[in-house]
Amino acid sequence: MAAESVNHGRRRFLTASTAVVGGVGGVFAAIPFLSAWKPSARAVAAGAPVIAPIDKLNPGQQLVVAWRGKPVFVVRRDEAMLATLAGESARLRDPDSANDDETTLPEFARNQHRSMRPELLVLIGSCTHLGCSPKLHPVVQPEPWDAQWKGGYFCPCHNSRFDMAGRVYEGSPAPTNLAVPPYRFDGDVRVVIGEMEAA
Amino acid sequence: MGERTSTMTGVLGWLDQRMPVVDFWNKHVGQYYAPKNFNVWYYFGSLALLVLVNQIVTGIFLTMHYKPSAAEAFASVEYIMRDVEWGWLIRYMHSTGASFFFIVVYLHMFRALLYGSYQKPRELIWVLGVVILLLMMAEAFLGYVLPWGQMSFWGAQVIVSLFGAIPIIGPDLVIFIQGDYLPSDATINRFFALHVVALPIALLLLVVLHLGALHEVGSNNPDGIDIKKKKDASGKPLDGIPFHPYYTVKDLFGAGVFLSLFAFVIFFEPTFGDLFLEYDNFAPADPLVTPAQIKPVWYFTPYYAMLRAIPDKFFGVVVMGAAVLILFLVPWLDRSPVRSIRYRGPLTKIALAAFATAFVVLGYLGLQAGSETQTLVARVCTFIYFGFFVAMPLFTKIDSVKPVPERVTMHD
Amino acid sequence: MTKPILTLLLALVGSVAAAAGPGPKLLNAGTNISDTASLQRGAQLYFNYCASCHSLQYMRYSRMAEDLELTEDQVMKYLNFTGAKFGETITTNMPVGAGEATFGGEDWFGKAPPDLSLVARARNDGPNWIYTYLLSFYPDPSRPVGWNNTVFPNASMPHVMWDRQGVQVLVQQTDDAGQETTGFDLIREGSRSPEQYRQDARDVATFLEYVGEPAALQRERYGLWVLLYLLLFTGVAYLLKHEYWKDVH
Repeated sequence: MAAESVNHGRRRFLTASTAVVGGVGGVFAAIPFLSAWKPSARAVAAGAPVIAPIDKLNPGQQLVVAWRGKPVFVVRRDEAMLATLAGESARLRDPDSANDDETTLPEFARNQHRSMRPELLVLIGSCTHLGCSPKLHPVVQPEPWDAQWKGGYFCPCHNSRFDMAGRVYEGSPAPTNLAVPPYRFDGDVRVVIGEMEAA
Repeated sequence: MGERTSTMTGVLGWLDQRMPVVDFWNKHVGQYYAPKNFNVWYYFGSLALLVLVNQIVTGIFLTMHYKPSAAEAFASVEYIMRDVEWGWLIRYMHSTGASFFFIVVYLHMFRALLYGSYQKPRELIWVLGVVILLLMMAEAFLGYVLPWGQMSFWGAQVIVSLFGAIPIIGPDLVIFIQGDYLPSDATINRFFALHVVALPIALLLLVVLHLGALHEVGSNNPDGIDIKKKKDASGKPLDGIPFHPYYTVKDLFGAGVFLSLFAFVIFFEPTFGDLFLEYDNFAPADPLVTPAQIKPVWYFTPYYAMLRAIPDKFFGVVVMGAAVLILFLVPWLDRSPVRSIRYRGPLTKIALAAFATAFVVLGYLGLQAGSETQTLVARVCTFIYFGFFVAMPLFTKIDSVKPVPERVTMHD
Repeated sequence: MTKPILTLLLALVGSVAAAAGPGPKLLNAGTNISDTASLQRGAQLYFNYCASCHSLQYMRYSRMAEDLELTEDQVMKYLNFTGAKFGETITTNMPVGAGEATFGGEDWFGKAPPDLSLVARARNDGPNWIYTYLLSFYPDPSRPVGWNNTVFPNASMPHVMWDRQGVQVLVQQTDDAGQETTGFDLIREGSRSPEQYRQDARDVATFLEYVGEPAALQRERYGLWVLLYLLLFTGVAYLLKHEYWKDVH
């Protein structure tokens, strides 16, 4: 088995070809296994849009619905609450929601009140610090955590504070504003959370 | 003791100074000299390894979605088949892999019988291989129970009941194995633990030992010649070639052919008629209704046919068990001075052909309902099966032999 | 493409396996789950005639819509009568009993109607069984529901599609070989001709075959590509092996 006339070029070429073809196959073979980790049809169905009825929601009231296993706050803000939003900018970390992208703030809510309709606030009720659910403290009164409290959300886990548009106060451990989920209105009766109007 | 020295540099050199990776590679692959005359029968060893890897990888992904409980198991399998993205492919790869594992291993074992690969000094390789077969059978049975369909349940019922044939302790043993008075939630839970943890670990260990024992003495070949007897000046066997690259590229080609067949079944006929996945197993387990016909999966049917052919419960179980256990004795039953069938006489050839035919016929009969004629044929085949082993010391001794050449012969 | 090989292969396997099941002689439905129109008609028949009693608990409306090329609106308006959400599985308003989906039973009178998700897979030759079953109802006053069936005798299932098929009675016949067999005689016409009704039965069988294994559609679609790839890989590997083995004499 002496190497009389071994064609090394051909061997290298064929070895490389086999490696490339095999490698491509290996990558394709990995797809099904990785895909099996994606949310299954059952999980997707369970994470389907939820409907929150808003026709009986009075000004100042909050409704909590579950969407994808997380609380979603739906609040009908009154005039006084909306009036507080403009004056707090100096104390907020990101008053213009500059750090939010479409995944945490849909385009339609890119405004001072962070909502589609000014009075109706829809927020994912999960603190951007470590995921606890902040509580609504709507009354303008001195609170232990803030002597000039203008109403908003306070997270009992690590004292993060948010205003009535879900914007985080300077000095909170939470890094960013509360997220706004995609949603659309079904007339004046219902809000569908998890689904946006087709563009 | 100082540091190991290594011819390698870089990361490999660093590793090699601390662990003999280069030696290991050379001993088992790079400078493992295998006979150059392997024929098509010699693909099945590497293919068995390939299927084992397939079973482990797909199995791990199935456990991510499967629920080992009597209440949820069946639905969780359908969940995998429908709701998990690509779950159907992973499940079919696993279920088809089980059947292909047995096809490959049965052919691998027949190869050993053809070329006397169990003869001295390879007895240990054979014995370890038979242990692997036994574990595989247990593994396959346990796995078949997990989907908790009708066949799973009633298969478990029947197989576990076999232990009930053991005198005195039998009935208590059955309850002990099941952890209940019938196959139930407790049974499925422990079978799951054994199927996904205990037996795979044992199987992997045995495969390592099987290969370790093989590489110690070297591979046999279709001529049954010891290639280490003729070496060149540098001490390399004249009829040997390094496993890498020659057999790695050859086995790569074999893997390609094998995977094509494997994929054909997975994508176009995953139930393979009724042989790989039985229709009754698509109905959830019901302890009150036995399916019209209970039969094991095809790879157990030869033994099942023997069980049915014996008109006595205890003796039937003994015969079935003995049919596998008798394989352990083969290295000591064969008294022939030559290994390969190529240089043996007509007696051995006829005996081996009769044995193989009997095994296949038994496999076929195990799938049938079992008429009177079929039972009679099954008895004859059972007799041939055992007769092959019992008479082996005799026919291998008196059989004529042809002269064995000094060097291996090549056919292609 | 692969059909001839498959048929050959199955003929071999089939002689081993299919010979096993005893039971009534089944007609050949000739179902084809790639026939989307047939699937759509079958789904419509299923939801109008079967779905009020028989659930498809593993099948989701959304998956069905996708595979049958129907829109969400079409499914929710014309097929979903239970008010379930689009992503949910197909249930009925009837309770599912303990006897569900155990097809070995002789009589489930008094039990809830079985779930049919896997009826086509859990029976030997399932699609042909469903087809033949749907063609084999005849009136039988001795049964509580007034109907009986030669394929699955004494099941408590009425002939829900009788308005389509009409009414056929059981008659004794002598076939060409002089054997006594049972046959049917249509005594009252339905809204569909016999040929049209056979198509109905075929469509329902096709739909249930699909429901038994929705992945079958993907399987056969991807299968060809996988085989083509493996052929290429095997070819390249063969050339590589051939090149290296030039050394070995």
